[in-house]
Amino acid sequence: MLRFACLLIAAMVCLAPAHAQEGGLNALLETHRAKIEKPSRTTISPVLEDLVDSQLPSVAVFLENWREKGVWQRRSDGRFFFVKPADGDEVMLIDVDTGADAGLADRSELSNLNPNSGVRAVIAAALVQFQLSDPDPARRLQALTALARDANQSHLSILREAIEAETDPDIKARKERLERLLTIRFGSDSANRVAAIESFAGDPGVDARAALNPLVATSIKVFDATPEGVNVARLLTPGSDIEPEVAYQLLVDAGKARPIVPLSERKRALIANIQDGAVADIPVADLVTQEARDRAYLALAAAGAVPPLVSREEQRSAVAAHVFAEIYSEPDPALTTAARQTLSDISGTVGFYRFISLALDGLSLASIYFLAAIGLAITFGVMGVINMAHGEFIMIGAYTGYVVQQFIPNYTASILVALPLAFAVAFMAGVALERLVIRHLAHRPLETLLATFGISIALQQIAKNIFGTQARPLTSPSWLDGAWALNDVVSVSYIRIAIFVLAVVFMGLLLFILKRTRLGLEIRAVTQNPRMASSMGINPDRINMMTFGLGSGIAGIAGVAIGLFAKVTSELGSGYIVQSFMTVVVGGVGNIWGTLAGAGMIGSLQKVIEFFNPSNTLAAQTYMIIFIIIFIQFRPKGIIALKGRAAGD
Amino acid sequence: MQRSLFAQQPSVLIFISLLAIFTIVITVLSEGFGLGLVSTSFVKILGKTLCLCLIAIAMDLVWGYCGILSLGHFAFFGLGGYMIGMWLMYERTKDIVIASLASAELPPTAEEIREGIGTQIFGVVGGAEIPVVWYFADSLFAQLALVVLVPGLLALVFGWLAFRSRVTGVYLSILTQAMTLALSLYLFQNDSGLRGNNGLSGLQNLPGLTDVPQSVVSVWFFLASALALGLGYLLAAWVVSGKFGNVIRAIRDDETRIRFMGYPVEAYKLVVFTLTAVIAAIAGALYYPQAGIINPAEIAPIASIYLAVWVAIGGRGRLYGAVIGAATVSLLSSWFTGGQAPSIPLGFYTINWVDWWQVLLGLGFVLVTLFMPKGIGGLFDRLVRKDAA
Repeated sequence: MLRFACLLIAAMVCLAPAHAQEGGLNALLETHRAKIEKPSRTTISPVLEDLVDSQLPSVAVFLENWREKGVWQRRSDGRFFFVKPADGDEVMLIDVDTGADAGLADRSELSNLNPNSGVRAVIAAALVQFQLSDPDPARRLQALTALARDANQSHLSILREAIEAETDPDIKARKERLERLLTIRFGSDSANRVAAIESFAGDPGVDARAALNPLVATSIKVFDATPEGVNVARLLTPGSDIEPEVAYQLLVDAGKARPIVPLSERKRALIANIQDGAVADIPVADLVTQEARDRAYLALAAAGAVPPLVSREEQRSAVAAHVFAEIYSEPDPALTTAARQTLSDISGTVGFYRFISLALDGLSLASIYFLAAIGLAITFGVMGVINMAHGEFIMIGAYTGYVVQQFIPNYTASILVALPLAFAVAFMAGVALERLVIRHLAHRPLETLLATFGISIALQQIAKNIFGTQARPLTSPSWLDGAWALNDVVSVSYIRIAIFVLAVVFMGLLLFILKRTRLGLEIRAVTQNPRMASSMGINPDRINMMTFGLGSGIAGIAGVAIGLFAKVTSELGSGYIVQSFMTVVVGGVGNIWGTLAGAGMIGSLQKVIEFFNPSNTLAAQTYMIIFIIIFIQFRPKGIIALKGRAAGD
Repeated sequence: MQRSLFAQQPSVLIFISLLAIFTIVITVLSEGFGLGLVSTSFVKILGKTLCLCLIAIAMDLVWGYCGILSLGHFAFFGLGGYMIGMWLMYERTKDIVIASLASAELPPTAEEIREGIGTQIFGVVGGAEIPVVWYFADSLFAQLALVVLVPGLLALVFGWLAFRSRVTGVYLSILTQAMTLALSLYLFQNDSGLRGNNGLSGLQNLPGLTDVPQSVVSVWFFLASALALGLGYLLAAWVVSGKFGNVIRAIRDDETRIRFMGYPVEAYKLVVFTLTAVIAAIAGALYYPQAGIINPAEIAPIASIYLAVWVAIGGRGRLYGAVIGAATVSLLSSWFTGGQAPSIPLGFYTINWVDWWQVLLGLGFVLVTLFMPKGIGGLFDRLVRKDAA
């Protein structure tokens, strides 16, 4: 008898999968038909478990199709099929199990299975184990990403199994990392979890912190005596660690003390107890101070009409009689200690990377300022004039880029055309401005400033009239989309890198022009001493024109660069003009290195201030300007001041 | 002294007489006090223009006479407006809050009134607390004092820092512009305590005088502005007439030489800078109750540059030039941008002045700078010379 029973059990064990396979997927689906037809988040799980346990090879395909709303049901017999289009209204049915064609059917005979998003999520979770060992590496990665977003305890073992079979070393590493993360969250063995926690020391990933932070989450609780049997983070002393009012409120919430009657309630009680124009014999007209109201309330309380007040004394003694402590929601102290240590270790690493990120941000901002300001610095240095229309040359460059993109649809080509064209257009605008206006205002720098301002408002308005007030896009080529990411903390967008490269290239180019060419020699000569240069046969007029054109042309280039990440509007330039002035003034006039130093200082300073006060970029700019005003006190001629005659005036 | 001042500058007498006649005529024609031929809104525009003329005089004093091209005087103008605006807004809100609490079952306590005011004023920036800077907001005299003190002190500190380190020329201009930008950016924040970009509003209503119609109030402010302009003109004329005037003009022409002659150039510049800042603040305190609203955009650096443009167009170094420039450009500006100017059809394109006024102004300004360095006021010189000949 016993032997027979054993045999029977053995037979059942052997037969169980075979039995399922016998009827194939169709039979299995038939048994669950009702639940598959009308699935819900709660009822679908057993069905899915059954399907997965059957280990049928066709299950994964079926689940995938089901999730993608690709499963149809024949109305006549309730069987499930995939379909593919055939002629006319007819479709070709495909058997879900074998994948073979199963005859034509009219669309009207079929109804589509349309699971809601909740059910689809459950199906997707069930699919994970198939996908994790999918032959296609891209799909494995996709499954990993999905799993990282939304995992539960059951996935841990699936994932562990999938690691063994993994061949791709990169994906294997990611799987192992995810396995450790899931171990932290769902692992059953304390030692294992601690090991997993400690393995993340110094890891700047956001996912690591997201897994660790819940472990060290605390809540403040009230105890009658020193707490036991809970994982205490720290004891709180009322008055220093916790406000007495807050502590008392906790007592009230825990039902250990009488609630305080709030001011608004007291007022309501007073109003409710007005009798013949008086409250507790105090005329209503006298209740214009809080003291009078308190007196009236106390009188009412003494008469028992309203709940009595809780005195400060009572509050204090109630608070003193209890112990307040921060309690970890995670009961295992080994875990919380490990998590806390690891987190503090991570924060050190994160701090380091933040600093790197900040430095990169500052560098990128500095290169923008450099591009915007260098043209200004050159003209200011050589001619001693401030060009208020410099911002509008930046705008002209940006609009040139926009117009070029209207004619050349290929973004890469259009940017390559736009850069020299923007230079040319702005160069000519600059030369025209110099010939028509600035030349006539020689030696009157303040008037030049104002006249160029007149040009600036005219140009701005003309741009507004031509292009309208709405922002025009200057689209960057797709290879500049996205960002270069070192890890979760440090990432720099490619556009910013490109602008940095552009700034470096132009600095090199300018240095070459100024130091290695005849034009540069003459520009330097005029900068240092126009009269002497003139008597040496240099034509200062021509040099002024060329310099102004050069400075304006670079502003045009800067316009294209700025337009790539900011919207192109007629006010694009004016937003940068004050910053550019600051850069020139701080850096020192007429010197590329000075402008570089000024741009670097202003860019990094702005980022540092923003770092300390991230929510408020307005305040950051305010502080920066104040800092610059103070800085000018100590170095009125900028970081790198000109020496010699030129510095005299 | 007065006689000698008029004798020295006959234009002062002419200006004061013209201003007086203008003021009387407008008052007689106004809706509030006279025939009703001039609308209330136009009285307000004229009153505001007089305030702009006053700040233009300040600008002329500091730039035309002392050679400091300040691109920050509109910041002082705006600060003056903010200071008086705080009182106007606080007291008016207080009246509203008291009126709304009057029907409550219990008479309100002082704290409840303050709380009500706080919610009313600072609700838009997500606060209910009244910030510390509003400490004196319930006292008209304190706020009037602050109108002078806050901008005066700012100008004093800023000027001292700038002049002490010998920042001159375009550097100084850029620095003053930076100051304006910093102030305006600061005020744009919600937690600056001055309602961020909402600014202060409802300033045209005088607290406690809600029964007085706006037509009358507008004339009051018009008269006050005219009086302030007259006094400001006299003060400026007096400042530039004596030895002090000679020194500051000399500083404008050759600062180094004056320093070598032993004059404390920095002190002179500081006095002029601070004095003009105070005049600008008073002009602002009269301007914004007529405008009804003030917000940080008013203080943007461009406003101060426009101020310099007015003075340049009117003619620097002559007080009536500043007045002419400010009045002409600001009135023309509101005429053109108000859409009243007729459009010019060119067949292929219609010149709509709302769009093209800025271009006209910008280019016109360049032309004035190039060909009429003395501005419109310079035309009077030719007139006088012809008479003499």
